[in-house]
Amino acid sequence: MARSFLQAVATEEVAPPLRVVQMEGVAVLKVIKHCKEFSPALVTGQLLGLDVGSVLEVTNCFPFPIREEDDENEADGANYQLEMMRCLREVNVDNNTVGWYQSTLLGSYQTVELIETFMNYQENIRRCVCIIYDPSRSNHGVLALKALKLTDSFMDLYRHNNFTGEKLREKKLSWVDIFEEIPIKVSNSALISAFMTELEPDSPVLQCDLDRLKLTTAPFMERNLEFLIECMDDLSSEQNKFQYYYRNLSRQQSQQQTWLQKRRTENMARKAAGEEPLPEEDPSNSIFKPIPEPSRLDSYLITNQVANYCNQINGAAGQSFCRLYLTKALHEK
Amino acid sequence: MGLGSKTTLQFHPSTATVSARIHPVVLFNICDCYVRRPDQAERVIGTLLGSVSTDGTIEIKNSYAVPHNESADQVALDIDYHHTLYASHQKVNPKEVIVGWYSTGCDVSGGSALIHEFYSREVANPVHLTVDTGFTNGEASIKAYVSFNLSLGDRPLAAQFNEIPLDLRMIEAERVGFDILKMAVMDKLPNDLEGMEATMERLYTLIDDVYKYVDDVVEGRLAPDNNIGRFIADTLSSFPKISPAAFDKVFNDRVQDNYALAYLSSLTRTQLAIAEKLNTAAQVL
Repeated sequence: MARSFLQAVATEEVAPPLRVVQMEGVAVLKVIKHCKEFSPALVTGQLLGLDVGSVLEVTNCFPFPIREEDDENEADGANYQLEMMRCLREVNVDNNTVGWYQSTLLGSYQTVELIETFMNYQENIRRCVCIIYDPSRSNHGVLALKALKLTDSFMDLYRHNNFTGEKLREKKLSWVDIFEEIPIKVSNSALISAFMTELEPDSPVLQCDLDRLKLTTAPFMERNLEFLIECMDDLSSEQNKFQYYYRNLSRQQSQQQTWLQKRRTENMARKAAGEEPLPEEDPSNSIFKPIPEPSRLDSYLITNQVANYCNQINGAAGQSFCRLYLTKALHEK
Repeated sequence: MGLGSKTTLQFHPSTATVSARIHPVVLFNICDCYVRRPDQAERVIGTLLGSVSTDGTIEIKNSYAVPHNESADQVALDIDYHHTLYASHQKVNPKEVIVGWYSTGCDVSGGSALIHEFYSREVANPVHLTVDTGFTNGEASIKAYVSFNLSLGDRPLAAQFNEIPLDLRMIEAERVGFDILKMAVMDKLPNDLEGMEATMERLYTLIDDVYKYVDDVVEGRLAPDNNIGRFIADTLSSFPKISPAAFDKVFNDRVQDNYALAYLSSLTRTQLAIAEKLNTAAQVL
């Protein structure tokens, strides 16, 4: 039985989870071009494409101008965006926002701003993704392109702004569960692949090979370590906050205990004297006021960043080992 | 030309453009637009953005398609569209200005002259880029032209399109990797170490090739070529001569540095894992 379109739409209630982001070569190159040209300034842009089942296709994108801290410019930016979308639609580019891209410096993208932007996008489009490109790493012959989304459980917590230890434990959400990396697939039209096959140079050595074989990694490592140390400092100050909180909490609890003890003995005495017992709770007393628990979001984000730096250092060290042993082998010949 | 000495056929060579260089994103954009062209359209045309360097090389860095209508003897270009989009591009990157225009197809047609005239009003000496998306000659021909005006006295007579050299070696594409750009579907992006492996393999085959060549020459199977010999000698002499002891020291130092870094990062990760456990334990108060 053929289903009507309406029925098909109506039954499509449960969306399959997003598994792959499929980027067109043109979108990849545009992102890279924009991010690289403005590096080290951080730039953003919009991704256009289609949402097809568990695959999110990114077929095109356009850059945003560098934003200035101005109210006027905000309206300007919105205008720019509308204009651009209208123009691109006229030449039959997919006119559907699927997320945004941004450049980053050594992968330091795990910020509250990113989460906020994501939540903003998420409100309007059900399925969106953030593509992150790191121009600083591409000088080492690495294509540092990543697609990220926030996990559903995290978004749920974020909406209620609920980052107490108890809630997190209940949801079993640890710091690894904030961001979810989605594998990127690159696709090209047949036309492009024909052109590129034609144009691929015969020379066996390509620029990316030269980049990869560069022996100097010191500046990259140094920056990475610097960032790592900064993050560790931040993390330890966050830890201090928690320790402070727990100390206060336990002090308060012991105060409450002693108060309760006193009240109970007093009540015993009153009972023996045949008087009404006093209530065992006293909201007016300051020691019963709950101490607000600091949000764990920051420490989670910092932990994420630290883990990211560690991964980068590890990766770069691995590459460095390869290069060193290669040099050694060459030298011995 | 027998009309008398007064009439001269004038040839206005514009300031010589040396060559043009094209960024891969332009090509990708053109092909994408061509694939998405409207139903009846034969070709797509659009504006090229970029910059002109001091030695006259035109860098074509960006492009956008401009809708147009073409009939037998006239061309209608959506000029408003062109201007709006140009203004938008300027907002993002003011350094990229109009340098010319592109069209798909393999030659310059009559309509092209008209469009070229329009772009000459936008910018002096526009380049015209043709991308043969139809593979008419069985090959991917991408050509760049500049036009010269031929005039008879004051009367413009014709425009002559001269081909200029176009540098197609796309460093940017090489950086990204041709593997990614030429495959119809690439399932996975290569990570750090996989890329390294591929590079090493290529280096290995290169060294093998050189060995084979040298052996062949030594054993008389190949005629020696002095140029290649010099290249090899140059390459070998570019290797710094370090005494084995000094090299060992440098090498070991670097290896140890790397070990220290790898150790540090593992330690940090362990620390994080412990901290997480402790935090969750602390929550069970």
